[in-house]
Amino acid sequence: MRFSIYRFDPDADASPHMKDYELALEAGDMMLLDALILIKAQDDSLSLRKSCREGVCGSDAMNINGKNGLACITPLSSLKEPIELRPLPGLPVIRDLVVDMEPFFKQYRSIKPYLINNDPPPETERLQSPQERAELDGLYECILCACCTTSCPSFWWNPEKFVGPAGLLQAWRFIADTRDQATSERLDDLEDPYRLFRCHGIMNCVDACPKGLNPTEAIGKIKGMMVRRTV
Amino acid sequence: MVKRTVVGAHYGILGWLVQRISAAVMALFILLFLMVLLDHHPLSYDIWKTLFSQIWLRIGVQLFLIGLFLHAWVGMRDILMDYVHSTGTRLLLQVLVLVSLSAYAIWSIRIVWGN
Repeated sequence: MRFSIYRFDPDADASPHMKDYELALEAGDMMLLDALILIKAQDDSLSLRKSCREGVCGSDAMNINGKNGLACITPLSSLKEPIELRPLPGLPVIRDLVVDMEPFFKQYRSIKPYLINNDPPPETERLQSPQERAELDGLYECILCACCTTSCPSFWWNPEKFVGPAGLLQAWRFIADTRDQATSERLDDLEDPYRLFRCHGIMNCVDACPKGLNPTEAIGKIKGMMVRRTV
Repeated sequence: MVKRTVVGAHYGILGWLVQRISAAVMALFILLFLMVLLDHHPLSYDIWKTLFSQIWLRIGVQLFLIGLFLHAWVGMRDILMDYVHSTGTRLLLQVLVLVSLSAYAIWSIRIVWGN
């Protein structure tokens, strides 16, 4: 199988280049990450992140044949050759397929991704009805791999100001949580031409999400709630 | 001068609503206007003149144009916010867009309501 992989070593290279690799194997039921590990055995200068190798940790997000995804849960058989691998777009490249996630996490931190509740903690836990808990389905599953945010042109153009789809999905996850008491502060923080309204609903995020989540829908719900409190 | 990135203008939902509502108004008018045109087929200058002498059509056209200008303002502002990153240039371009759209709006009143 043929691969073309983005290589960049800031200490040695003036600019990035694509390097070709060839592996003598049949795709079978292997995942892309398996192939990358074999390539790294050939050429140990190749850098990439990986950890859980089963789509839970979100470390090995990369741009695979033009689309962001997780190498560990992308079947080799689903990919057209030569398989082109690049780092996630829109984030500074540290080396090869490794990007600096700080701009992404900075936006994530900015939405205060934790429950804000000033009531004294109860004896056991803060209870929710099954319906209230169901509101969080499709939100809590996010693994923060950044596939969605780095596929969003609005984030490419304004990474310092636009929260991005992953951050906004999490913002809605805490707004939707009945145990959270900071709904209006959260909406105040997001009602901003840059933080929220750079989203033009093109749904690249939905297309990219390896967990099948829908940030565009969450963003729509945030806007819906703002309409409700405005009109 | 402090060069820190600042956000938190606390507006946006109104523009977003205006964009949606103006789109709906324009879509509805286009549909109705097409129906009127089909109803008066084949068109002649006299039919066109009679159509536009009616107040409801003039109001409809004017509403369509107001919707168009509002929609264009939100859209152009979005484009400038996305792509123009120098604050001074962005402000200048936004003012230019606003001034031209206002001029078009005034001109459109003359076109629709003049004889």
